[in-house]
Amino acid sequence: MLQDLPMGLEILYTVLILASIALVLGALLAVAAKIFAVRKDPRIDKIIDCLAGANCGGCGYSGCAAYARAIVEDGAEVGQCPVCDAESSQAIADIMGVEVKHPVRRRAQVMCSGVHGAASYKYLYRGLADCHSVARLGNGPRECSHGCIGLGSCVSACAFDAIHVKDGVAIVDYDKCRACGMCVSACPQHIIELVPFESRYWIGCGSHDKGNVVRSYCDKGCISCGLCVRNCPNHAITMNENIARINYDLCTSCGLCMSKCPRHIIYDGYGPDGKPGVEIKQ
Amino acid sequence: MANILMLALSAILIENFVFVKFYGICPFLGVSQKVETAVGMGLAVTFTMTIASALTWPVYHFILVPLELEYLETIAFILLIACLVQFIEMFLQKSIPSLYSALGIYLPLITTNCAVLGVALLNVQEGFNFIESTVYGFAAGLGFLLAIFLLALIRERIEFARIPKSFRGVPIALIAGGLLALAFSGLRISL
Repeated sequence: MLQDLPMGLEILYTVLILASIALVLGALLAVAAKIFAVRKDPRIDKIIDCLAGANCGGCGYSGCAAYARAIVEDGAEVGQCPVCDAESSQAIADIMGVEVKHPVRRRAQVMCSGVHGAASYKYLYRGLADCHSVARLGNGPRECSHGCIGLGSCVSACAFDAIHVKDGVAIVDYDKCRACGMCVSACPQHIIELVPFESRYWIGCGSHDKGNVVRSYCDKGCISCGLCVRNCPNHAITMNENIARINYDLCTSCGLCMSKCPRHIIYDGYGPDGKPGVEIKQ
Repeated sequence: MANILMLALSAILIENFVFVKFYGICPFLGVSQKVETAVGMGLAVTFTMTIASALTWPVYHFILVPLELEYLETIAFILLIACLVQFIEMFLQKSIPSLYSALGIYLPLITTNCAVLGVALLNVQEGFNFIESTVYGFAAGLGFLLAIFLLALIRERIEFARIPKSFRGVPIALIAGGLLALAFSGLRISL
């Protein structure tokens, strides 16, 4: 039919036919857009742009978009994002027209210093590189059933590359840590805690076993002697279930506990080497 | 009836779109990390392919054939499918927001998915009638769903495996997909 027409007209008609199909479809879409229109607060998209987009869940919501929606629709607190710096928190507050409530900056701390050579092993594990799997096999390959397994479930949980396994124990890079808490929930041994960012001293053991038992399998274990508890001038250290813990609300970072510990397992996180947390003294 | 059943079975297993024809590899690799989202994507593609097959048939036979414009089929189908996906996106955003946010960026990607265009063009090539076209589109979508579901199951297991660093992520998924394709080609030879 169209082939009978002269060349120029054939091309013209072809283009016109295709264009009219497109026009009909476009009109249908325009109608559909009206029918299925969804009203969305433009502030949500603006806030999403300010957030980090790591979807770490540190704010307590399922992701950055969910937190943005919660801020706009449910009036959630601005500044719950542990990743945002002051600038982006302020930007979000400006969008919402409210004040920022600054949370205390925190960091993760692995409460174990049982590096290779210090802790003894029950068996050698070869299998899935996942702490949860091996934790089911007699509480891990170490004699100590509370310590770091060192297979790096926390490493893969971290969205910020802030935690690494070194010499068999996970170590946090304080500068990179955003205290989102993903590693805390990823650790089957429950030895990762969130502590105030400024706090200096930490106790490198998570074992709840009795002193003589701990002494039998780890050179870097707390034997619950209580010297740190008795010497702390601020009563900031308590002994609970055979393990000493520092209450950072009371701690003044005097460092007396570190010098008194007979096992040398109280460490200065911002120690002399200048790289916080990276070096554990042997 | 038996003919149509055979056509459907062959589209799902023997002539599987992903494993034998190698269509739709982008979403096959992109959305197969989790079984849940993989199934969502598979269902979305199945839905789109069925509707695309059903819609492109009348456009081809009632508009392009009478006007002797069969050579425009590719452009016309792209136009139609793009509009269709746009429409589905609007519909989902309004009606099923949870599925909409779960599919995220991959829903617009269906627009340029060669599996959807492929099924429309194959319908024309094979000379299917309307019922056959729709069934073929639906079955080919189910084949895609099966493929992406299988790969997602495997990838969820691979997550925990100790694999060399250079193979992590997409490379190991490609290897797994290749092995799956080999297995499916066995089905073809045995028949």
